[in-house]
Amino acid sequence: MMKHNTSYPAPVAIENPMSEMATPLLQLSGITKRYPSVVANDGIDLTIQPGEIHAILGENGAGKSTLMKIIFGVAHPDEGRIHWCGEEVRIENPASARTLGIGMVFQHFSLFETVSVVENISLTVPGSLEELADRIRQKSDEFGLPVNPGALVHNLSVGERQRVEIIRCLLQEPRLLILDEPTSVLPPPNVEQLFATLRKLAESGVAILYISHKMDEIKALCSSATILRLGQVTGRIDPRTTDASELARLMIGREIPHATHAEANGDGEDRLVVSGLSYADPDPHSVDLHNISFSVKSGEILGVAGVSGNGQQTMARLFSGEEILPPQFREAIQMMGQPVAHMNAEKRRRLGLSFVPEERLGRGAAPGLELKNNGLLTAHRLGMVRRGFVRRPQRDQFTDKCITDMDVRCSGRNAAAASLSGGNLQKFIIGREMMLEPKLLIVSQPTWGIDVGAAAMIRQRLVDLRETGAAILVISEELEELFEISDRLIVMYDGRMSDPVPTRATHPEEIGRMMIGDFDAVGKSGVDQSWVI
Amino acid sequence: MDTFVFVFAGAFATATPLLLAAMGELVVERTGVLNLSVEGMMAISAAIAFMVVYTTGSHSLGFLIGAVSAAALSVIFAVLVLVFLANQVAAGLAVGILGLGLSALLARSFESETLIPLRDINLPVLSDLPVVGPILFTHDPVVYLTIAIGLVLAWMFTKTRLGLILRVVGENPEAAHNLGFSVLRTRFWAIVFGGCMAGLAGAYASTVLTPVWSQGMIAGRGWIAVALVVFGTWKPLRVMFGAYFFGAALLAELAVQSLGIDIPSQIMSSMPYALTILVLAAVSKDTVRIRLNAPVSLGENYRPSA
Amino acid sequence: MGDLIPWRIVPREHASRQAVILVPAMTIVLTILCSIVLFTALGASPGLALYAFFVDPFSSAYSISEILVKASPLILIAQGLAIGFRAKVWNIGAEGQLIIGAISASLIPITWPQSTSVLMLPAMILMGVVAGMAWASIAAFFRTRYNASEIIVTLMLNQIAFQILYYLVTGPLRDPRGYNFPQSVPFPDAALYPTLFGGADIRANLSLAITIAASFAAWLYVSRSFSGFRLLVGGIAPAAARYAGFSQKRAIWISLLVGGAAAGLVGVGEIAGPIGKLQPILSPGYGFAGIIVAFLGGLNPIGIVFAGLFMAVIYVGSDSALLLADIPSSAPIVFQGFILVFYLAASLLIHYEIRGKAAVKSGGAA
Repeated sequence: MMKHNTSYPAPVAIENPMSEMATPLLQLSGITKRYPSVVANDGIDLTIQPGEIHAILGENGAGKSTLMKIIFGVAHPDEGRIHWCGEEVRIENPASARTLGIGMVFQHFSLFETVSVVENISLTVPGSLEELADRIRQKSDEFGLPVNPGALVHNLSVGERQRVEIIRCLLQEPRLLILDEPTSVLPPPNVEQLFATLRKLAESGVAILYISHKMDEIKALCSSATILRLGQVTGRIDPRTTDASELARLMIGREIPHATHAEANGDGEDRLVVSGLSYADPDPHSVDLHNISFSVKSGEILGVAGVSGNGQQTMARLFSGEEILPPQFREAIQMMGQPVAHMNAEKRRRLGLSFVPEERLGRGAAPGLELKNNGLLTAHRLGMVRRGFVRRPQRDQFTDKCITDMDVRCSGRNAAAASLSGGNLQKFIIGREMMLEPKLLIVSQPTWGIDVGAAAMIRQRLVDLRETGAAILVISEELEELFEISDRLIVMYDGRMSDPVPTRATHPEEIGRMMIGDFDAVGKSGVDQSWVI
Repeated sequence: MDTFVFVFAGAFATATPLLLAAMGELVVERTGVLNLSVEGMMAISAAIAFMVVYTTGSHSLGFLIGAVSAAALSVIFAVLVLVFLANQVAAGLAVGILGLGLSALLARSFESETLIPLRDINLPVLSDLPVVGPILFTHDPVVYLTIAIGLVLAWMFTKTRLGLILRVVGENPEAAHNLGFSVLRTRFWAIVFGGCMAGLAGAYASTVLTPVWSQGMIAGRGWIAVALVVFGTWKPLRVMFGAYFFGAALLAELAVQSLGIDIPSQIMSSMPYALTILVLAAVSKDTVRIRLNAPVSLGENYRPSA
Repeated sequence: MGDLIPWRIVPREHASRQAVILVPAMTIVLTILCSIVLFTALGASPGLALYAFFVDPFSSAYSISEILVKASPLILIAQGLAIGFRAKVWNIGAEGQLIIGAISASLIPITWPQSTSVLMLPAMILMGVVAGMAWASIAAFFRTRYNASEIIVTLMLNQIAFQILYYLVTGPLRDPRGYNFPQSVPFPDAALYPTLFGGADIRANLSLAITIAASFAAWLYVSRSFSGFRLLVGGIAPAAARYAGFSQKRAIWISLLVGGAAAGLVGVGEIAGPIGKLQPILSPGYGFAGIIVAFLGGLNPIGIVFAGLFMAVIYVGSDSALLLADIPSSAPIVFQGFILVFYLAASLLIHYEIRGKAAVKSGGAA
């Protein structure tokens, strides 16, 4: 086994000593891609050998996705060269990437909801539908990826969809398979299953480019890694022999701060009481809710764990008032002691609810509007409107304070929401909602896709708000985050909710089991050591 | 009995322009584009086809040049929404107004001129059957062609790769782009197809159905065609059914007169429009069904990143 | 198709301010260029035609007053529609709302044709506004209750309104001494807007003052009021409006009611102004031209005033063009189409900038 080497030239395949002299499968040199406000890739070099599992590690915004889009022909580099099997190529579009033998599994799937599995696959793989269905079953057996070719995609779980995506790539017999954050949609126990498939593929000679921001996964799976930060390569290492703090340093450039807080005293008043909430979502693509009951008290943070797509979005809309229930079900949701399930968002907000949605741009903020008017959006009841007219000084003062308090990096209150980075916009939205001094704050995916520094700040602010006596409900996919800030945890699976467990009395493994529907996992000792938080 | 036969036989002809235009619009909307210029495209083709048939006597030539003229107008629409990313509602209105204006301008000296319509087919035995004969087997060829087009479209959407591509582009243009399909090219050709169909519809209206030129003769039928696509929840066979239903309703005025019932003609003329509102409301009310069937990206422009 | 286009469209970080002037200017220049082609094709001298359209309307006090007579309804309708369009509520039925407003208002002078009461005109205005709102509210009802597209409903309501008007002027409301002409009795003076500026043949009237006041109110509403802000958010970011609790139903109702009120008011202005009676043709398509004025004015109350004046010049110019250059009266409709098409194309510059592809490629891969 070779020693890792952090300087150029790039590492060569470790599994196969012969390949040291062989032509690399893919070689990128000096790839640069500029967007109007940011240089997403800045002179990136990358070499991949056949049969290698190569990781691209980096924070959100480091340029990983852009690089993959360039390799797959979705985006084109402004500068730089691409060699495939030693020959210079220009990858015009995904079709030409596929012709070369490159397959890609996207983070947000490119499957069509209203179309069946086999029809989806027939879009990119030639052959009659019957013939394809057979080939799908064959691949599915070979690599342990069970799917039903005739099923409509909108009836499939997120995990099943990912399998369909992978099979679609495999049917084209790729020589390089790109996976973009594939585990972000999987419950932890399914991750090992995916890894087994990927190892089997690599043994058969397929090179795998594995994009992630999770260091443990990369240590478990990959034989070499390229680390990106702010669009540049900061390291080329063997992840199996590099320790985590070194990886973190290369990836983030500094130590990761953690939020700290004392235990909740647990004698607060009920601020949110959900009793027997069931809901059949009129949107056929959403998950129905079944008999959900729990409560959040003042002075505590309740975390809702679960893989995205198990009803969290619907539940958040029912809590925020974006979706309302008929008056006869008003008691199903109570806030600050009042039945609210029939009230619209504005009325609930008057009772002291604040809400930070999962989608920041377009929902939490209007993209084309300036920050000052995005402040007005929900903070108007802080004296910003008199006799139907907007009081501009009050609005502007509020916005300026929010920008300063939350350290929002922007050109000022007149900056359009769309011009801010995801992290800065999230800081603005959280700041705005906190300045409303909520009695109850509901936050969905507080740090999703945000750089580590901003995420840590947001978590600390949530804990600080709890100290002032607010009740906080945090819905998140990041278990690590929930363990860091919540006092109690509940788990959502297929529209159902587990009983709450005190965070200090459980561990990630137990919650992970609950995330695949094993609600009885509480209290049992863990057996599955394949993954670690 | 005669009134019954009259309405049901006549419905095939009155439904034909509605159905042609609606089928075109259905294809356009399935790819995620809302083209509201159907009325204007029908108008320009009606004017040009009328002039062509008037001068040359050839209906085929009239239909051909009419379809080309409406398609040319649809290209303007396509450029506005695909290249210039204009709001689809506004662009549809703009091109619609242009079409109405040009039709009035071009055919201004033909006001009240008349044409000889297409001859109806006459099949041995079948056309002579009582009731069934006049209702089903005594129409001009375009009526049958239109039905054939409807059936072919229904087959195309459910059974062919082309239909699949049109559907997925309308459902999720971003994903279609990532798979390597050209969203803009697909939408462009769908819009042009919609233009041709609206053109055939306009040509039929002015040279076969009522072969007399008067400005504004399309009289809202383009809009009824747009509404028909919603009635049919974007499914060709349902749209066909809806078109024949409306074809019959458009004839109700004449039928009522022939029965000697005294209702002001303006009230009868309003009926199809009122009916459009009511049926539209009845269908749209079922939001679940609309959401299941409506192309997800309908009305939203797509700009490929990169 | 992307390969065929020799430029790239790149989003701007901020909406361009220069574009506010640049876009209408480009629109007008392109429209004029296109109309030169059109005039030549029609066999008219382009120079003479342009003179007729854009210079002759300013040649006399009468024609300038005619510009105001036409601009006033266009601006008023556009102000009403623009409020809805900003909220993405597409009221295409101003023509029908205008007709129903005019019919309802006309009931008062037709019932009391000899009256000299000073209350008559205010009562007519009230009737017209309420009736315009009522007609528009049908679309609001079907949209909010049954989710039916307001575009199609308002359009169908236009057709129905035409039929109702025609039925009434040929039947119940026809002047019994009018030699069977389809029109009502002429209105008494108390039912007419007082004309401005004295002159005998000057038709500009008090409705102009109403339009100016309404434009100011529209500006105040759009730029300063919280209600206007809610509507705007509903239009540009519906999910954000739902998130903040801004009711979409309310936005639909406000949009359609404001549009209906403005159109109804215009209906009154026509029958109590230049026309002076009820007849089958009440407006030369103000309801549709108002849509174009609203867009050309950038859905901005101040822009709409200028756009309305420009459109009015075309209307008045088309009369001169018919006389001087034998340009058919349908040409202005084509003009309107061109204007909107070019405006929409040029509007791209507000939110995007255009860069040559070549410049980008030069640094790219070989």
